[in-house]
Parts: sequence; C-alpha cells; structure tokens
Amino acid sequence: MSPRRHPPGAARKDRRVKPLDFVLVGVGGQGILLASDVLCQVGLAAGYDVKKTDVHGMAQRGGSVVSHVRLADRVFSPMVAIGGADFLLAFEKLEACRWASYLRPEGTALVNDESIPTLAALSASPRRRAQGGPAYPDDEAIAKALAASAGRVVMVEAGAIASRLGNPRVTNVVLLGALSRLLPMQEDEWHSALEARVPARYRDVNLRAFQAGREAVDQRSV
Amino acid sequence: MKRLLLGNEALALGARAAGVAVATGYPGTPSTEIMEHFARYPGVRAQWCVNEKVALEVAIGASLGGARTMVTMKHVGLNVAADPFFAAAYTGVNAGLVVLCADDPGMHSSQGEQDNRNYARFAKVPLLEPSDSQECFDMVGVALDISEEFDIPVLLRTTGRVSHAQSVVEVDPALFQPTPKDSVRPRTFIRAPAKYVMLPGNARTRRLQLEERLKRLRQYAETTSLNQTLWQDRRLGVVSGSIAYQYAREAFPTASFLKLGMAYPFPADLVSRFAREVEVLVVVEELDPFLEEQIRSLPALQGMPIHGRDVFPGVGELSTELVAGCAIEHGLLSPTAAPSTTASSQPVTPLPMPPRPPVLCAGCPHRATFYVLGRLHAPAAPAEAGDRGGERQRERVIVTGDIGCYTLGALPPLSAMDTCLCMGASIGTALGMEMAGHKHRVVAVIGDGTFYHSGITGLVEVVTSGAATTIVIMDNGTTAMTGGNPNPGSGITIQGAPAPKVTLESLCRGLGVQDVVVVDAYDTEAIRAQLERSLRTDDPTVVIVRAPCRLQVSGPSEQVAWVDPDECVGCEVCLRAGCPALTRAGDKVEILAALCTACNLCGQICPHDAIHLGPRERTEG
Ligand code: SF4
Ligand code: SF4
Repeated sequence: MSPRRHPPGAARKDRRVKPLDFVLVGVGGQGILLASDVLCQVGLAAGYDVKKTDVHGMAQRGGSVVSHVRLADRVFSPMVAIGGADFLLAFEKLEACRWASYLRPEGTALVNDESIPTLAALSASPRRRAQGGPAYPDDEAIAKALAASAGRVVMVEAGAIASRLGNPRVTNVVLLGALSRLLPMQEDEWHSALEARVPARYRDVNLRAFQAGREAVDQRSV
Repeated sequence: MKRLLLGNEALALGARAAGVAVATGYPGTPSTEIMEHFARYPGVRAQWCVNEKVALEVAIGASLGGARTMVTMKHVGLNVAADPFFAAAYTGVNAGLVVLCADDPGMHSSQGEQDNRNYARFAKVPLLEPSDSQECFDMVGVALDISEEFDIPVLLRTTGRVSHAQSVVEVDPALFQPTPKDSVRPRTFIRAPAKYVMLPGNARTRRLQLEERLKRLRQYAETTSLNQTLWQDRRLGVVSGSIAYQYAREAFPTASFLKLGMAYPFPADLVSRFAREVEVLVVVEELDPFLEEQIRSLPALQGMPIHGRDVFPGVGELSTELVAGCAIEHGLLSPTAAPSTTASSQPVTPLPMPPRPPVLCAGCPHRATFYVLGRLHAPAAPAEAGDRGGERQRERVIVTGDIGCYTLGALPPLSAMDTCLCMGASIGTALGMEMAGHKHRVVAVIGDGTFYHSGITGLVEVVTSGAATTIVIMDNGTTAMTGGNPNPGSGITIQGAPAPKVTLESLCRGLGVQDVVVVDAYDTEAIRAQLERSLRTDDPTVVIVRAPCRLQVSGPSEQVAWVDPDECVGCEVCLRAGCPALTRAGDKVEILAALCTACNLCGQICPHDAIHLGPRERTEG
C-alpha cells in the first residue's frame, strides 16, 4: 500500500485545534450540499482534518436532507453524534426542529426564518387535518422546541435577504455568511472556497449574499 | 497534494492511478459516482451496461483480453451478476479485475440491506474493505495486484457511509493532468481453453486450483499491511473493519485494535495472536456477524470472552454513539472513558414532526400517469367466469410497480402502487396476479431504464404465456433515480457523446407484442382512455408514456401556471397531484412560480377551471 496519512498508532503532529461538528439540514433543492462543501474547503484550508457525509439518492428529491461536517485534528467517524453538534445550520424551520437533538446543550442553532410545508400536511384531507393530521407546527412550537435543544438560537431571514438580492437560490450562501461570523476562520478563506465552488457568472451575487449574511448576524452583535 | 474526495471519487481516481483501462457498471446508489468520475478521465473506456450481469460479463472479457478492469454496482446488483461472478472465480483473470460493490446499511436508497461480505466467502474470492477515502484510493491498486498475482477477481466492498463520505486524500497532482501516466501495460490474451472454458472436465480442475489459490491467499491475508494492529490498552481488543472501524476507534479511544482491510480469506493466525494479547475481545461490524462467526470458530480462542452481536445491533447502520452506548450498557466501556459527545445525549423534544418523504419533482412526467392510476377502476370487462357484476367492476386497478423514481408514486397523495420487489419485477408480478384471477385489473408500471435492465425478460414471459397483461413503460429517456444516467434508449453515452438507440416500440413489437401505443405523459385524458382500452383487451398491451425527465430539461419553462383566486373555491382537488409547486394560501390554493414547470396537470384536474397558464414574466414582474 502507498503511505497512509494516518497509520494507526503513528505519532502525528498535535495541532491542538478545537474540534467543530456541524449538522446542515433542510429540504432537497435548497443548496445544502454546496454549503457543506464550502464549509469543508474552509476547514481544510484552516488546517483541519475534514470528513463529511450526506444522505444521497431518494432523499434528494424534495425530502428532508442532512449533511454532517466534522473538523478536528483527526476525524474518525464522518457522522456527528446525536447531542454532539456545535452548530446546527438549518435552511428550513421544521427541519431545524427535526434535527435539533443533534446539538450539544451549549450548541448554536442558526436557522433560516422560512417554512416549507410538507406535501403530506398540504394534501391531507380537511377531515384528517381536523383530527390533527400531519400538521406543520406553528412558530411558537418551533421556537420552544429549538430553545429546548440549543444553547442559543440565531434566526436569520436568509430567504428574504436572498430574494431581495434578486436570487432566492443564494439563500444557502447568506446562511454561510451568517455562520462565518460565528467561526474562527478568516473571511478571505471563505471567499476563495466560495469562488472555487460557484460558477463564475454567479460569483458576484454569491459574494454579495455572503456579505449580507455576515451583516445579518452583525446587527445582532453576537 | 491534499484533496477532499468523496469515497466514490477516490475509488475512481485510485482505479485510474492503478492503470484501469476499462470500467463497466450499472448505476445504483450508493455506487453510481464511481463510474461518473471515472468516465471523465481521458484515455479510459467507461460504459454503463444494461444490467449488472452484462456489466460483469463485459468486464471479465476485458480482463481476459488484457486490460486492467473495474466493474461497479450496488449490493443488490451483485445478485443480478452472481452467475458470472461465481464463474470468474473459477476461470480467474488475465489483467486485474476488481468488482466494486457498495452496500447500503440502513437502506437509505434500497429495498433491502444485504451484507455482501458473504458473497466473498460464497464465491471464494478475496474481500477488501476500505474505511475512508484514502483507503478507497489505495485499495483499488492493491486489489488489482492481488487479482493478478493470485489469478482471481477481487471483491472491493464499500458501504454507503464510505462511498458517500468525503475525507482527505493524499493524491499525486499528475493524476489530474489531461494525459495520465501509462503506468500499466496491457497484458496479451493467451489462449487457454482449459482455464477459460468451463466444461465440467475443465471446471473440476479449476475447482481444485481455486482451493490452491485460496490457500495462498490465506497466507497473504496473515501478513498483508491491509490488516493492521494498533497496540494501546490491552485490557480490551477490538477487531473491526470498513466504516465500523471508524466508529469503534472513536468509541474506544484507548483500546487496542486489529483493523481488517482484508477480511476474506480470514487471517486466523493474525486474529488468534491479537486475541491472545488482550483480556476481552470485542468485534465491531455492521450487519451480519461475518467476522464474529469466523473468530468464534477459532480453536485457539475457545473459552475467551468475545463480544459482538450480543452487544451491538445487526440491523441498520452503526454510529459512534451507538457503539459507545451499547458498550457502556454491557460494561465494556466506562461512561467516563467514552468520547464526550456521547455522554451529553439529551431527551428528544416531543414536538410532533410531520414526515417529509421524498416526492416526484414539480413537472415530473410520471405524475399524471400515477394520478390516473390512483383513480382508475377495472373497466367493464368482457364477462369473466365468477364475475360479480357491477360491484366487481368498481374495484380499483392493482398496480404492480418497480424500482426507480416512479416508486415514489406509491406515497400519498398519489398512493398508486401496490407492489415493488426488485429491478424488473413488475411485469412478472402482474402476470402472476393475472394467473391468480385478476385479469383485466392489473397494470404493471416500469421505467424505461428498468425495462432495459431486466423488464424485457418479464415481457417475453407475458407474450409466451398468451396473457392479457397491461404494461405501462414510463419512458423519461434516462435512469433518473441515480442522477440521470443514460440507458440504451437515451441515445448518449456516459461521456455525453451520441450513441445508437434501442427504441422501445420496435423492441416490444419485436418481442411479439402487437399492441404498442405511445401516449404523451402530460395528457391525463389520453392516458386514462388508453389504459381503459388496454385493460379491456385480451392481448398484452404496452403503453409507452413518454416525456423527458424534468431534470434533463435545461432552464426554467417560459410559462407558469397560476391560480385565479376569483375562480378557486378551495376544494383542494389539485393538491391530490402531490406537486411540490402547489401550496395552500389561506382558504385557496397558490402556485410557487419558482418551482412550476407549466406541465398543466393541476390545470387538467381542477374541476373549476381556476388554473391557467401564462407567461413567466407576468407572474414574476
Ligand atoms: S382544484 Fe381548482 S378550485 Fe379546487 S383548490 Fe385547486 S385551483 Fe382551487
Ligand atoms: S403546472 Fe401545476 S402540476 Fe405542473 S408543475 Fe406547475 S403547479 Fe405543478
């Protein structure tokens, strides 16, 4: 075999970086995988060992999507443990609640303030709905559920900001901008990771979206 | 150079680095991306085949012909390819042959979770299992070397969590250059009928030689660096491999480890020696107790405390916290020694969560057919013996389904599929239903890709049975479920170059079906009328419902559908289409213009003519 990066037991340079675990969640089609790719690149550039895993296949088609990103001196499992995530980056409110148990008690939920109703809840008959069928929880229930799992909850109107920038598709990058304010990595590392990942003609709108996301969190004086 | 690579991309790049010149496969999650990446490299031959059996047969031919070869598929694909797989163990190879097979513990995208490590022992071929992307990259080359040295195909088995995880790989930047180093020279084909022609007389000889090869492989497994020992605290020794090793390393930070990258043939001496050095032996593996059973049978270890399936579950995926939690529960790990992340698990919030299963895309060409099928009743058929008159005729048709995006037609609100077994099974299942007495009531649904894969043989059976089966081929021109991979009807290759087409109409007619009709996939009325007619006839009919996969159509549609709030009465009939672009707005219905493709299914089913098509600018401006 060619030389391994980490032969079991071999001494390795201890960089003493603080490990960071992320869970990114939302609905298929919201650009979650691009966001987690960018986060991984930033982690790699900052000198971390990086592992990432997402759910593929059927779940990509409008279903619930989850991506795990782990940054540490050395990462073993690609999956974040339940109760182990430092950050929950949620692209949709219901999905934020669904995956909130992944957060550690002092962890941060960074949530796009946007609801996408589920098809089952939408198309349930009025009778089924009256019986309390698969209803979408209201804002109050969502806030309570998030507060119960997260050390702090940061809501960002990422979808609305992206629409104002003229492209709802950059919601994911607005959220990344917001996240970048809460992480130790340099801003230019984020810029180069973004530029490497988005097509050139969308470069400007993405950089503007990233900046808007940073400012959205600035205003909250984190 | 450090790169962050998907396990599947690392496998493709590793194959290229090791001089693989020919790769075949059949798309299937979680294996698909291996071929997609490999096909992009210059100077290699990559091809999707019609099914896994054909892919392996072509691969065996390429190997015998002298090219290093890889064949890829998902776990259930090896069931299809099992026949040539077992045969290749007898004939052996010429240039190296790697069978890459991706299991799906947890069934994220499969109809079952079989443990394909068993195939290695069953077919008597060596088994290699990477646990991260670096090992994916490295092990392809090792597998090819083993294949050539021991004259045998090698099973390289990943799981979804290895194939679909990204991790850091040290790669030679030259591999990304347009012209690869020509590292391995093709071998020449040498005629050897006694080796390659499996007549009983020859096969008996090869059978004995297979035992010889296995004996030598067993020795190799004892000493290969694929199997590595890590000495730490000797009170607990863990034997593991594949992704389970990563979970175990994290869950038992201080234990000693024997990591088996080559788990078959089983390195009995190595395991015995490791076990004797530790006080308690723990086997951590996903799915079947493949290692555990072999370890328990070792004479040297009789009476030793060994744990495995008694501690860890044999169903679904493992994880660090599951491994740690089970170990704590059984006293193998003290809660304080466990990784900190597992100690802080908290009560899950009891907020009721509406599920969000995957759905057919907005504008999916399968939606109208399922809408019709979900509402279709057995037509007033020519009187059948034992017919109970009108009541019988009001029964909904039975829909036998198959594997593909369109399996989602089984979910509410469409709820229009009654069975789904495995690739290509829908036609045979429908024939069986008909034999059981449901003539004129059953519709078999199958996608174009699946029909080419293995639906054809079912249709041959229908024709020769003289049955009346109604078959709907949902032809969207691609294998959509796995990401839009071309099939024999697509007219393009994996590289995107034009390719000859096999047309469904002439294929079905050639198989002996007289009644072959093509219908527009968005024309609800035409589909309904045609199905009613087909169900009434006593001859087999093939209804090809055709429109391209929405994801293959580039750019947004010029038109969008919109709901006129003055005409909409809020009856929500349109929501039964299950289109993600339709949503409720107060007591009426609204269409999300960003998602709508103007397929006009909702317009066709709205009983109040409240839905209209208009230019996109009008709604967005
Ligand atoms: S089917 Fe027509 S009338 Fe009924 S809710 Fe939908 S748009 Fe409104
Ligand atoms: S026309 Fe109707 S069914 Fe078709 S994509 Fe638009 S909203 Fe969905």
